[in-house]
Amino acid sequence: MTTLTQTATHIGIITRRNLLRNIRLPQLLLFSTVQPVMFLLLFNYVFGGSIAQAIPPIFGDYINYLLPGIIVQNVVFAATATSVGLTEDLQAGVIDRFRSLPMARSAVLAGRTFADVARAGFVISLMTAVGYLIGFRPLNGFFSLVLAIVLALGFGYSMSWVMAWVGLKVKTPEAAQTAGFLPIFPLVFASSVFVPTSTMPSWLASFAENQPVTVLANTARALILGDAYIAGEPHLAASGATIGSLVLLSLAWIVGIVAVAAPFAVRSYRKTVE
Amino acid sequence: MTDTIVQADHIVHTFGGTIKALDDISVSFERGIIYGLLGPNGAGKTTLIRVLTTLLKPDSGSAFVAGVDVIHNPTGAREKIGLAGQNAAVDGYQTGRENLIMVGRLYNLSKKQAKERADDVLERINLTDAANRQVLTYSGGMKRRLDLAASIVGHPEVLFLDEPTTGIDPRSRLGLWEIINELVADGTTLLLTTQYLEEADRLANRIGVIDQGKLIAEGTANELKTQVGGDVIEIHTDDELATVVETLRAVTASEPIVDHGRKTVTIPAPRAATSLLEAVRVLDDAGIEVHDVALRRPTLDDVFLTLTGHATEEAPQPEKQKGRRSSQ
Repeated sequence: MTTLTQTATHIGIITRRNLLRNIRLPQLLLFSTVQPVMFLLLFNYVFGGSIAQAIPPIFGDYINYLLPGIIVQNVVFAATATSVGLTEDLQAGVIDRFRSLPMARSAVLAGRTFADVARAGFVISLMTAVGYLIGFRPLNGFFSLVLAIVLALGFGYSMSWVMAWVGLKVKTPEAAQTAGFLPIFPLVFASSVFVPTSTMPSWLASFAENQPVTVLANTARALILGDAYIAGEPHLAASGATIGSLVLLSLAWIVGIVAVAAPFAVRSYRKTVE
Repeated sequence: MTDTIVQADHIVHTFGGTIKALDDISVSFERGIIYGLLGPNGAGKTTLIRVLTTLLKPDSGSAFVAGVDVIHNPTGAREKIGLAGQNAAVDGYQTGRENLIMVGRLYNLSKKQAKERADDVLERINLTDAANRQVLTYSGGMKRRLDLAASIVGHPEVLFLDEPTTGIDPRSRLGLWEIINELVADGTTLLLTTQYLEEADRLANRIGVIDQGKLIAEGTANELKTQVGGDVIEIHTDDELATVVETLRAVTASEPIVDHGRKTVTIPAPRAATSLLEAVRVLDDAGIEVHDVALRRPTLDDVFLTLTGHATEEAPQPEKQKGRRSSQ
């Protein structure tokens, strides 16, 4: 039997292995970093001018509104790395090798999701720094900014489990990429990530306001911009939300998604390897 | 009795409810030998290896490796086995040494032990010079060697090699054969699958011929060859092979074996030289022009053809043929 310490060691080894790939193949990290930064710049400068008019002026420039949202967008996009990475390992026979070793069964999936969330953390930190250069200011203090990022990464981690399940179902990297983005696009774009939900048709707004990406984006924004954000967002103000209640709701989503997706992923992992 | 190290009994496994990959197959062999599992693509070789290496739970049957019940105690069995699958499952972005250290650490060796073990293994497979290079820079043969190295890091009692030399050049193949022979000399038991008769002939102490999920014959290469019934006559000709076959029926009771690619027809020669003379006579009478005719010992190819009625390499699919033609 593998002991708890051994399990932790195995998870560490697999996490390190997966992270090493990003460091050793610099083009991988480069492109996974350039793309989010490009998104940030494009949204800020291309759409920023017109979107800014729909946003209460108290937050300053659109970048202050955009950055918390785009952090959440990024952790969700980054989660697709989990399905792609797993399917690549499956095809290369690496998963077979791991499964034939007397190692902890959980280490492959845990090491994969940990590595992917760590990489997302790096990308987000870099993006926040670029945001700062073009005018982003956390209005509610540094600690709240860090908390917002940690919460977003927690959400990214839960989405990694969803993507692990998707990857193990579809089995090829190409399909994993496509299948992963299928649920991601409506979740990310029909949300408050880029624009206030109040500008959407009411049927869409009621979906957007209640789905997890909006919850996370709103929480990140409330943490980073302060109570004023809640006051300026009619549906939040009306529901009597506070920063605390938003954080709790976000945590509930994170825990809920992991609780549902992880067992599915683990079951698929056991079966996939037919 | 002998020390049985692998014992699989009545294994059945079905994919998708219909395709019988393993059809009540039983295999057993003793410690210290190389057991060669020979069969065409899709015969069930890989599926059997997956069962024996805990990667696949069969529908029914039992399997023991080094005394451990593979099906009910997979964790215990993993301590005893090493597996090198069909593709080189090594990380390109890590160095050869790092790959092996990682595997050693997953076998619960300490960092220091894992490093020492990696260096030992690298030396044994002649990769010491390339140890600190990223695997991306390795040739196909080197990658397979490293993969083999990874499978022996944990001192396995039984090593499973699934088509270890498929897709590598002949020189690298010789190198791998040497390493495989050395491993067995050191006491490791080996089960290897192959589509190459020469490989089975050269390496395996015992050969199991597998076709459509069943073990259809078993024995040493020589035993299997004898099973075909002694010598054979091979006739090379440019004339219509069907006519040759018709003509030869006059002198043999068994169905002549035709190889369209090499333009040969092979028949058994139960009375050796006398049979040869008879064959030559009927061919000459029929006016068939023969390039070459030879009396020889049967090869495993003949064994395979006789046993299964088809060649080791499955006939190419029409689809594939089309692709090949257009790519030329």
